[in-house]
Amino acid sequence: MNPVYDFTIPARAPWSHVVKAGQSLRIVDLEGNQAVDCILYDAADPTERYSAQETIVAQNNLFLTVGTKLMSTEGRPMMTVTADNVGRHDTIGGACSCESNTLRYGHHTKHQHACVENFIYELGQHGLGKRDVVSNINFFMNVPVMPDGALGIVDGISAPGKFVELKADRDTLVVISNCPQINNPCNGFNPTPVRVTITE
Amino acid sequence: MQTLPANTATHVPEDIDAKQLIWAETFSSGEYGSRVLKRGTRVRLVDVDGDACCQFIVHHASRPYERLNVADTVKVQWNGYLGEGKLLLSDMGRVLMSIVRDTSGRHDTFCGPSTAWSNAKRYGDGENYSKQPNARDRFLLALLKHGMGKKDIPPSLNFFKGVTIGEDGSLHFNGDAKPSFIELRAEMDVLVTFANCPHVLDPRPGYTASPLRAFAWQGPPTLADDPIRNASPEAQRAFENVDDWLL
Repeated sequence: MNPVYDFTIPARAPWSHVVKAGQSLRIVDLEGNQAVDCILYDAADPTERYSAQETIVAQNNLFLTVGTKLMSTEGRPMMTVTADNVGRHDTIGGACSCESNTLRYGHHTKHQHACVENFIYELGQHGLGKRDVVSNINFFMNVPVMPDGALGIVDGISAPGKFVELKADRDTLVVISNCPQINNPCNGFNPTPVRVTITE
Repeated sequence: MQTLPANTATHVPEDIDAKQLIWAETFSSGEYGSRVLKRGTRVRLVDVDGDACCQFIVHHASRPYERLNVADTVKVQWNGYLGEGKLLLSDMGRVLMSIVRDTSGRHDTFCGPSTAWSNAKRYGDGENYSKQPNARDRFLLALLKHGMGKKDIPPSLNFFKGVTIGEDGSLHFNGDAKPSFIELRAEMDVLVTFANCPHVLDPRPGYTASPLRAFAWQGPPTLADDPIRNASPEAQRAFENVDDWLL
């Protein structure tokens, strides 16, 4: 496996890159407990994008781990999880936004930086925008559903150096928000950098 | 089939004043509906024989880039299961619709719409021109008529077919047949879009969706002392954000 790309995404920052078919993207939680919000787009036709609901139906399970095929809105695999030493990643909790922060944490949080700010800014660099935002993946985040339907965003099961690796089934534009949320434990109340490497 | 004018509809539930109806339509298996509803409108979706599946999305009527956000809907309300008193939240921190009544209790926020490929796998075909059309392509047809396209289809909801989650994250489909209804209140001017198609997890080999009826009537906008509005601080703020936008 030859390294072709290596970058450390600063805390709170967006990032995007095309991972070519056959290449592998590794995302490393450098300091632990850092949620990485992620949406995938077909590099050739970005109207085809990641679908959380297709992914959940395809594997009959909410949690993403080794073997999970990250499915598109057209029912095709985009990337496959090939390595994961966390065990479980979320795809139902979505991304924080300035607007949803006002609901969850109060109107005083409206101007805090948020994942949707990162997503739409980064999508804007590719000629995409708000209508292209869909339910995302939250790597390193654990959102169990209790028997009564209650959702927990529980303290991360990740730790420093834990990683997840995705192999591209076709050329895929990967868009990431290194989550800036400070009002819940998803980042241990302290957003930190993550490392992304691509090998082929 | 749609009844025009709506206030001449028969088969109206006893507790609805038929004279006040602005929409009365029956959707047979595979059919879809899409309609603008003004703020304050009540719409009752009736699973007449207990085996309908209403696959559902909603947009703001005049600003359709504001639309249902299933993730915010479950996350902000801390619950993956829909029911009476729950809100359908937009991606802009506002409430699009409230669930004011629900006699079903079997709904799904996880699985999304049936698709051309899921229908082809189970029924051999799933195109719009087939006898077993899929919900995603129904959504697309409806949105195209409103000047929208593929990228305007958000993750969706399913009413009248339930999915619950096991401790290990596994999905459990509840397709029990029981006549029931869900009644929604528009909290802003909205465009509702839905298709009556079998749920993507429905294991039956035959394409089965019994008739779905929609009845709508105009009501007052939600009052400040409304119990759903005041059910939680999150709900209060979602309504405050609506008020702020409309002022």
